[in-house]
Formats: sequence, C-alpha cells, structure tokens
Amino acid sequence: MELSVIGKYKLLVARLYGELDHHGAGEIREAIDRELMRRGVRNLAMDFTNMGFMDSSGLGLVMGRYKKVSAIGGRLIVCGMNNNIRRIFQMCGLQRIAIVADSLEEGMEELDK
Amino acid sequence: MNKMRLEFLSRSDNERFARTVAAAFMLELDPTVEQLSEVKTAISEAVTNAVIHGYDGSEGIIVLEGTLDKNAVKFSVIDRGIGIRDIEKAREPLYSGKPEMERSGMGFTIMEAFMDSIEVESAPGKGTRVTMTKTVEAEDEG
Ligand SMILES: Nc1ncnc2c1ncn2[C@@H]1O[C@H](COP(=O)(O)OP(=O)(O)OP(=O)(O)O)[C@@H](O)[C@H]1O
Ligand SMILES: [Mg+2]
Repeated sequence: MELSVIGKYKLLVARLYGELDHHGAGEIREAIDRELMRRGVRNLAMDFTNMGFMDSSGLGLVMGRYKKVSAIGGRLIVCGMNNNIRRIFQMCGLQRIAIVADSLEEGMEELDK
Repeated sequence: MNKMRLEFLSRSDNERFARTVAAAFMLELDPTVEQLSEVKTAISEAVTNAVIHGYDGSEGIIVLEGTLDKNAVKFSVIDRGIGIRDIEKAREPLYSGKPEMERSGMGFTIMEAFMDSIEVESAPGKGTRVTMTKTVEAEDEG
C-alpha cells in the first residue's frame, strides 16, 4: 500500500495493491488509521485500481474506515474497483454512503461539490 | 469426473492458498476470469470463516474438497471448530457474531451471490461444513 496526502482536499490517499483478505486487512487498517491521526486530514480515498482480489474482509475494512472519517466530519472515496469488487460493495450499499468513482480524479471532483 | 482433497492449518495465510488451489482445480472447465474470481471469493469467505469463527484464531485443520463433474464444480470447506448454533440467523445478510472485529456479516451473502447453491451443515462443538456448487456453461455467444 502507498499512502500520500493531497493538502488541498485534506485528503489521505491509500493506493492498495495485490489481494485484500483477512490475512492482510489488519496491517492496512493500522497504517491508514495511524496516518489519519498523524496527518490531521479528514477525508480518505481508497484506490482499488491495482487490487485484483477482495473478499468480505475488505468490505469490513472499508466500512470501518467510513465510520472513522465520518466521525471526524470527513468523507470517504472508493475508486478504481474491478467488477467483482464493485459487486461486493454494492451488496451492502456502499454507494449510498461513500463517493464511489471510477478514478481518484472523479472522486475528488465530488469533494468540490 | 475429477476429485481433490486438501488439508491445511487454520492460518490466515492459507486463505489465499486455498482459494488459489480451488481456482486451479476448476481450470479444465475453461471458466471465464469473472467466474474464477467468483469462486475464489466464495472459497475465501468459507475458509476465512473457518479460521476466525470455527477455530477462533486457535490452531485446527481445515479441509477443502472439490469435485468436477461434466461442467459443474462442487467445493466443500470443512472445519472441526465450534460450530454454528443458529444456521438460519448466521446466513442472514449483515449478521455477524464478531462485529467488533470489523466483520460486516456479508460472507454467506457473498457465497450465495457468487455460487449457484450453498448448503451449510453445522453442529455446536462439532464443526461446520459448507458445500457450494457452480455450473460453468460453455460460452456459445460471442
Ligand atoms: N465455520 C464457522 N464456524 C463457526 N461459526 C461460523 C462459521 N462460519 C460462519 N459462522 C458464524 O456465522 C456468522 C456469519 O458469517 P458471515 O461470513 O456471513 O459473516 P462474518 O464472517 O461475521 O462477516 P464477514 O464475512 O462479512 O467478514 C459469523 O459471524 C459466525 O458467527
Ligand atoms: Mg465471514
């Protein structure tokens, strides 16, 4: 995973790589939560462009981060998912609570609105 | 007709091992990338459940069985862990026995959506067997 900050949007960007399951989710959660605190941002983007596989552990990770950022008045962007990952997110209605976008740029445009 | 059986320890790094084996086993049916990915997800759900719920993080043996018959594949994931008291409730969307672990209770719902059928047999103190099937139709259009 790669973490970076876009100051203009008070946005932490997490670029995810490889496969997201129970085995790897804990480490990713800790890293994101640590940076959220440390960098003093309130919005979070999770970019799935380079993520080939995800199961319900990823769903739990994303829903948990949604709770974190909404508690500090921020918004969550989830972008770049393949078909399978998108279907899993749709099952629990992620599109109703988060900004779901094809690309990070598109997601950030929503923050402007 | 073909069969396979795999035994492995209930370690979280075996989640990936198990779903990769399941996908490799069904390759001779010539599935689409989409179908492979659906099966991998369903196997990952069942194996993860055995690791975190069945054995609750302690060490045990998980068994993955596969059968290929014509254009259909059947997988069972078996543990000898704590078992499920109320199977109907466990299968409800959004029900989780471990919400504090950031589980969203969608595992069974995902298995249902991605496979053609799923059957859950379980007894408290004895363990759980989840059996799933999927037919891979030959693609005749396009
Ligand atoms: N192999 C198992 N052994 C014991 N209990 C199980 C097993 N599989 C599932 N359960 C019970 O059924 C519940 C629902 O399972 P399900 O996979 O749908 O949700 P979850 O694992 O809690 O969350 P998620 O899969 O979304 O991360 C679990 O919380 C657990 O209580
Ligand atoms: Mg589960």
